Amino acid sequence: MFVLVEMVDTVRIPPWQFQRKLNDSIAEELNKKLANKVVYNVGLCICLFDITKLEDAYVFPGDGASHTKVHFRYVVFHPFLDEILIGKIKGCSPEGVHVSLGFFHDILIPPESLQQPAKFDEAEQVWVWEYETEEGAHDLYMDTGEEIRFRVVDESFVDTSPTGPSSADATASSEELPKKEAPYTLVGSISEPGLGLLSWWTSN
Amino acid sequence: MQRGDPGEHLGARSWLLGAVGGGGDSCEVKDANSALLSNYETLKYISKTPCRHQSPEIVREFLTALKSHKLTKAEKLQLLNHRPVTAVEIQLMVEESEERLTEEQIEALLHTVTSILPAEPEAEQKKKTNSDVAMDEEDPA
Repeated sequence: MFVLVEMVDTVRIPPWQFQRKLNDSIAEELNKKLANKVVYNVGLCICLFDITKLEDAYVFPGDGASHTKVHFRYVVFHPFLDEILIGKIKGCSPEGVHVSLGFFHDILIPPESLQQPAKFDEAEQVWVWEYETEEGAHDLYMDTGEEIRFRVVDESFVDTSPTGPSSADATASSEELPKKEAPYTLVGSISEPGLGLLSWWTSN
Repeated sequence: MQRGDPGEHLGARSWLLGAVGGGGDSCEVKDANSALLSNYETLKYISKTPCRHQSPEIVREFLTALKSHKLTKAEKLQLLNHRPVTAVEIQLMVEESEERLTEEQIEALLHTVTSILPAEPEAEQKKKTNSDVAMDEEDPA
């Protein structure tokens, strides 16, 4: 679920922080810059793990701050393909079931990856697994807040860095902001025995 | 790391700075946008998994015990993270478990997992009472 990523970056420490220990200042700057941010093709950065190497700090003309090149390792959330995770159902929509991990919310289980046969209950806006046994069909609802075990089948990174000014748009678009895209999304699946709501598989 | 600013996570609540005033001046909040801690959420998530009771020694012991089963790194990692107790869960985490492991091996694996990796304290209590009942029922030998 979490990986250590080795990174290199130059950290700028302003002069009014020179009295602090360099390591502490650098750790804080790195956390400020990266924590809770998604790095393209790497994952969601959680926190600094350690600093492996500090190179010499330089002060450049015109800027009183020191610049230090730092080699460090960062804890990053990046589940591998086919990993099993346990999350909570955030909600259901016609696009599928939305799952959240508490610190990461952009997980979707599309309808074709649900336990089949499944149908969407329009009245309650919830997905239902129509489980057939000899006694008849049981409707197993996927309610919000339930814990769910799923497999990660796909991930996608979207580069959300700002683009330059777009070519002259004569017609002002009606919406103020373009649709916000999640920089990192996961696609899950529960179409295997053992996957789905934990309550479906407890053998008590 | 030269790509420019990384994208902000949707619904982002960035790392809380708190008052980091230098020596002596009044405390000031540097970043007014930071409200909640995402690291706190991560910690909360992890504290609900079986991992919270593990220590480096337990992990080492577990990995040594698993050497004979010939599992990949990813499979061992998932066993550590989830502490499966049923054969169905093992099948999910170990690829092609039907071909690679016999039933006794799956049972042995489950036993290794449950004996070395500590469980939640209340779950242990519940299991003790349950297993007493089960033992009475299934006593062929």
